[in-house]
Amino acid sequence: MSTPAIEFDGITKTYGRTTALDDLSLRVGRGELVGLLGPNGAGKTTAIKLVLGLVRPTSGTGRVLGAPIGDRAARSRIGYLPELFRYQPWLRAREVLTLHAELAGVAPARRMAAADEALDQVGLTERADDPVSGFSKGMQQRLGLGVALLGQPELILLDEPTSALDPVGRTDVRAIVRAARDRGATVILNSHLLTEVERVCDRVVILHRGRAIASGPLDEVVAADGVRLRVDDLDDGGRASLARFGPVSFDGEWLSIRPLEAARIPDVVAAVVAAGGRVHAVEPGRGSLEARFLELVTAPSEESA
Amino acid sequence: MIVIARLTVRELVRRRVVWVLAALTILSVALVAWGLDRLVSLARANGTNELEIRIGVSQVLIMIAFMFSFVLAMTAAFVGAPAIGGDLESGVALAILARPLRRAEVLLGRWLGSAVIVVAYTIASGVLAIVVAIQVSGYGPPDPILAVAFLSGQALVLLTLTLALGSVLPSIAAGAIAVVGFGLGWMAGVLAGVAAALGVATLGQVAEVSRWIFPSDGLWRGVIYGLEPPLVVMLATGNLPRFADANPFYATAPPPLPFVLWSIVWIALVLGLSSWWFERRDL
Repeated sequence: MSTPAIEFDGITKTYGRTTALDDLSLRVGRGELVGLLGPNGAGKTTAIKLVLGLVRPTSGTGRVLGAPIGDRAARSRIGYLPELFRYQPWLRAREVLTLHAELAGVAPARRMAAADEALDQVGLTERADDPVSGFSKGMQQRLGLGVALLGQPELILLDEPTSALDPVGRTDVRAIVRAARDRGATVILNSHLLTEVERVCDRVVILHRGRAIASGPLDEVVAADGVRLRVDDLDDGGRASLARFGPVSFDGEWLSIRPLEAARIPDVVAAVVAAGGRVHAVEPGRGSLEARFLELVTAPSEESA
Repeated sequence: MIVIARLTVRELVRRRVVWVLAALTILSVALVAWGLDRLVSLARANGTNELEIRIGVSQVLIMIAFMFSFVLAMTAAFVGAPAIGGDLESGVALAILARPLRRAEVLLGRWLGSAVIVVAYTIASGVLAIVVAIQVSGYGPPDPILAVAFLSGQALVLLTLTLALGSVLPSIAAGAIAVVGFGLGWMAGVLAGVAAALGVATLGQVAEVSRWIFPSDGLWRGVIYGLEPPLVVMLATGNLPRFADANPFYATAPPPLPFVLWSIVWIALVLGLSSWWFERRDL
């Protein structure tokens, strides 16, 4: 159990002229619940497909559950919900699950029970014998989640697992994901919904243009609370006096102090006024993954700087 | 592989493909029965002798077999093209291929399941049509088993090509290429025969090579040979053997054994190559 669940070492993946992953190195420990974030085209889905051997790296190496990425035996211990989730519409929900149980190598005597457990976990027990063709998109996504959870895999890869779900479904997914982590599974959650990630993940990796631009525990990556003020008539001495509150940055008429406890915002305003400045606007900024994400992905790249 | 083959058979049953094929078989056999019955009854009423009637029935049967070989080509294309290509396009394949099985197992399983249905359809329709012809006209082809076997072989060649192309190209393109390939293969066969009859050796060789590249037409010759009355073969070869070979609805001899063996190897090669390619493809 000491080997990491996933280990990428300088993996590059190109499709023709497009670089999906650019020298990506990544390490996900056993039992972690990691959010894989990034704007569209950042390489998130490619990274997940690489783990499963659905695409091959152009260069670099990787290991999953102690085996080379794409290893067949390792795949029997991985559950996967693809972003483009579609299941045989002519099968019934339970049949989809028993098929996957068979493909995953679950013992024949256990297949039906494994399918029923998965149906129960995703709330589809009552629709178990209905054809998939009659399922809504949200129900198909629940079914896909059930397929991914089947047989209690050691590693669960969920590519946009809540994209078709209503708020109730999203809450269910959070509970399911936490339960999987609690039983010791490693979960990779690839999502655009930053609030979802923020609520459940221990760690996040932010991909941008195929590179990991931030990685670490959630509280380290998330931006701290702060404040933005629009002021004028503040001289250099007045500006310098604000340094006692924390790191100050200036952008035209706007000044920002971050990190800063929300309770100290009135003190900052009072200090600006005392220094002769006139305050036109005050914007308290709550620290959030979304704020940090936007900060990172909208920052000018090194090449363009 | 067997899991995927079973899944394919179940899909073709659930999606009503099997039932549609069964209904088409019954319909076409009923039409054959009616047509032959009319032909034989009216010919006998006109005083035509039995030998001429039998030769007429044999030729009608060959034409029906030719039409059926085209229907089979279309069926093989419709069944084979989406078997891999359709699953890739819809996304169904992603969840399956993430499981601990080789991609070749999926491809071969899809081929096996589709082959079972296509061959069963060929045998059922072919045997029923021949039995009906015997019942109605009294004429029995010399080697119906050989004819149905070659017809099945032809369908398998088409199925293999379509399925293989479907693992590389969009399913619609795969189906279209296979059907056009079937037509071109037949044309090449006709050209080879005519070229040989006219003594144009070079063209004949080119057309002959194309028969080996895509063995569909060569197998069709086996179908004709199994249905052709020996008397017709004898008359044709006795009088104008070169011109008899030029006719796409005559066969003076069955396909040579090396060609039959090559057809089996061809299927294995195409499946092997497409498996190799599919295994390396990014999904």
